[in-house]
Amino acid sequence: MTAADVAHRVGAKGAILPDRGGLWGHLSDTFWRRPKLLLFLMLAPPVLWLGIVYLGSLFALLLQSFFSIDEFSGMINRQFTLKTYADLLQPSNIDIILRTVVMAAVVTLASVVVAFPIAYYAARYARGKWKALFYLGIMLPLWSSYLVKIYAWKLILAKEGILTWFFEKVHLMWLVDAWLSLPIVGGNSLSFSFTGTFIVFVYVWLPFMILPVQASLERVPANLVEASSDLGATPAQTFRNVLFPLALPGIVAGSIFTFSLTLGDYIIPQIIGNSQLFIGMAVYAHQGTAGNIPLAAAFTVVPIVVMGFYLWGAKRMGAFDAL
Amino acid sequence: MTPAVSFKQVSRHFGQVKAVDAVDLDIGEGEFFAMLGPSGSGKTTCLRLIAGFEQPTSGSIEIFGSQAEGVPPYRRNVNTVFQDYALFPHLNVLDNVAYGLMVKGVGRTEREREAETALEMVKLPGYGARRPGQLSGGQRQRVALARALVNRPKVLLLDEPLGALDLKLRENMQEELKSLQKALGITFVFVTHDQGEALSMANRIAVFNDGRIMQVGSPEDIYQRPNSRFVADFVGSSNVLPPDFVARHGGQRRWASLRPEAVRIVDGEGSAIAATVVSRSYLGGTTRLGLDVEGQRINALLPAGQPLPAEGQSVRIGFTPADLHLMDDAG
Amino acid sequence: MRSDLQSAPLSLKIAAAAGLLFLHLPILLIFVYAFTTEEKSYQWPPPGFTTQWLAVTWNRPDVWQALGLSVQVGAISTAIALVLGTLCAAAVSGSKFFGRETISLLVILPIALPGIITGIALRSAFSLAEIPFSMWTIILGHATFCVVVVYNNAVARFRRVSGSLVEASMDLDANGFQTFRYCILPNIGTALVAGGMLAFALSFDEVIVTTFTAGQQQTLPIWMLEELVRPRQRPVTNVVAMVVVLVTLLPILAAYYLTRDGDQIAGSGK
Repeated sequence: MTAADVAHRVGAKGAILPDRGGLWGHLSDTFWRRPKLLLFLMLAPPVLWLGIVYLGSLFALLLQSFFSIDEFSGMINRQFTLKTYADLLQPSNIDIILRTVVMAAVVTLASVVVAFPIAYYAARYARGKWKALFYLGIMLPLWSSYLVKIYAWKLILAKEGILTWFFEKVHLMWLVDAWLSLPIVGGNSLSFSFTGTFIVFVYVWLPFMILPVQASLERVPANLVEASSDLGATPAQTFRNVLFPLALPGIVAGSIFTFSLTLGDYIIPQIIGNSQLFIGMAVYAHQGTAGNIPLAAAFTVVPIVVMGFYLWGAKRMGAFDAL
Repeated sequence: MTPAVSFKQVSRHFGQVKAVDAVDLDIGEGEFFAMLGPSGSGKTTCLRLIAGFEQPTSGSIEIFGSQAEGVPPYRRNVNTVFQDYALFPHLNVLDNVAYGLMVKGVGRTEREREAETALEMVKLPGYGARRPGQLSGGQRQRVALARALVNRPKVLLLDEPLGALDLKLRENMQEELKSLQKALGITFVFVTHDQGEALSMANRIAVFNDGRIMQVGSPEDIYQRPNSRFVADFVGSSNVLPPDFVARHGGQRRWASLRPEAVRIVDGEGSAIAATVVSRSYLGGTTRLGLDVEGQRINALLPAGQPLPAEGQSVRIGFTPADLHLMDDAG
Repeated sequence: MRSDLQSAPLSLKIAAAAGLLFLHLPILLIFVYAFTTEEKSYQWPPPGFTTQWLAVTWNRPDVWQALGLSVQVGAISTAIALVLGTLCAAAVSGSKFFGRETISLLVILPIALPGIITGIALRSAFSLAEIPFSMWTIILGHATFCVVVVYNNAVARFRRVSGSLVEASMDLDANGFQTFRYCILPNIGTALVAGGMLAFALSFDEVIVTTFTAGQQQTLPIWMLEELVRPRQRPVTNVVAMVVVLVTLLPILAAYYLTRDGDQIAGSGK
């Protein structure tokens, strides 16, 4: 391609190319001139879907909590009243709420304790193929079937199952029996006690705690640790003063999941627990055969409110950056 | 003759910020035109206005006489070499270069042939099968250049093209770009904040500041005869002398600029001025002396091979009156 | 955080390893139980091993029905989620606009709030609007939270695709649609596939919202829930559980490999 060739070709074309025409061409021009139109068209389907299907039903639910049920006929009385909320505040219902919240808190704390070493190791020490291994090792249980995981523990905790076999082999069965005879945490067997419920909750939500903690630990720049030891801090001091505070947003982010998931769960306490109710089970029971949707709706408001406060507190701690 | 690019009172506002403020500009056909200025001066925005990524808030832009506002970038016969090269990572080098031809419907054999020719022109023959990730910075830049040129644009825009390259590479590319432009005869418009680059490559330079053009002229004009303090300061670290000083030693009471290389160390002649050496920086081929002259700081650039005074020493300096370039304003 | 090259303290290694084992052993146990000869209980150690339960499960029509429904629901929900999630992600990462933060929050809500809330909300909405339960009500629920998974993956990838690529494409005379087809799509393709697969896995496994939005229909998780509460043939449940683990393993692994270089699989906010 000589200079003469190029000069000739350059001169042959105009500075503005002709309109290539066609539907796509014109449409493309219109969208380029009016980018807001394109934006609107792109956002409309998802926002409409989420708005109508999701927000709409949430709103309908909230609305229902202000209705009440007529005890005699079982029909829902569609008039605005606070009677259902008054029902909610009865001692037996408050019991349920308290039980659930306490379990959520205990599960959260235990999750932090178990998750932290794993996250810490994965973030700070794992390299190369170990890092991939840890990553998969956390991802796979996270995504594997929720029910299968519960089922697995039902097998493990069963009276004739592997745990009992293990404890008998090491002659520690008396310890388990003693624990089971304790008032609140005990029960007929591990699989029918709050202890069992607690273990399964921790197990199922553990990956949700590990990931945010790991993410926030990984975000700590390497030279912060170096700076700390350069200024004379021992590894333990560096951990306490630098790493742990910086991991805290991740911990809080993870706790959002464990807390919120426990608050709303109705399957785990049903399968592994004594028959005392949690919020989730109460909701399920009330909207089921009883048809008391207003009370069920009122119950669901509780986790929403609790999580609302929790999220507000977490946002102030910067937990959202760790998600 | 129709200018290649013509700006008439073009402004581009972003809310309150005036990125480009009523700019008039004419770039001639076949010119190697530089837009020089600090960050935020509006030079890149002007480039994007020519390319079509921005639309002017007011004023009109013409490319070879055709109205350009409202025309999308894909219908302008103008191509850009981006600062970060913007090579498509999912395509190999040949497909990258042939992209513009592909979307215009050119057949596979023909566009691959043209792409190969373009790669030869930028001295990367046979690199077609490689991926952008496998190339060095300089090679990527050439691919970006080939990708733009293969479309035979009427104007080629270059956005700080040499910024990411190291010194040796940069100097080589400067020469190559110059000879390429001469051979092809296409109008090149390039943006840079490096005044050395602008001076060595361009036919004409426009110096930008705060959204306005301060001065347009040949490299020599800009360097020797800056019309304002800003231009004098920005294009080569000139000595900017206040009116009092100029009145004492040059006759007129105006701001003036004095190039460091025009300052000489002399031996006690009548018109010599007393000065104290405040600092010395060895630059290899030259040495920069910081001098205190009656309270005014003046830099002198002395060529290598001269005996150099020590720091703190008193010397006498001199310069020819013609080197004292009087400026219009202080700004 | 790659500062120290020294190895981790032993106690940390043990704690981390124990934690990982804790996560994985229970599931592996199921594999063992799928082959036990004991039918009536969860006896350990298993008295004997047999492969007969595989055949029995194969011949159970209710298992196949549930599986079929799960696959259908998963496929359709994923398709819907892909379209909606990508549109939303493209809009949100493309430009700043009024209400962008709100929309980001809105998209995440279905997963941020507990499933039971979504479930009962949908159920009460259906009864208010007098929509009968069917496969489509299940899909309505599933698609809603599958959108989140696709959205997260797409947004993460959009963020990594340099903005100047789109400009470069337009500069080279490709109009908007050509740019989408030749420039944008190839670069986000694998993220969309990954998001789709994660969405499918999520839908396949979902039980909490599904129990509220299904009438008489049984997806596989609902079938399993029934079995958990009222067991018919325990080993059959074990076999199905094992198969489910294996089947959901594949999309997760594939999604991981597709999005491996650099960013997390953005679905961890399940």
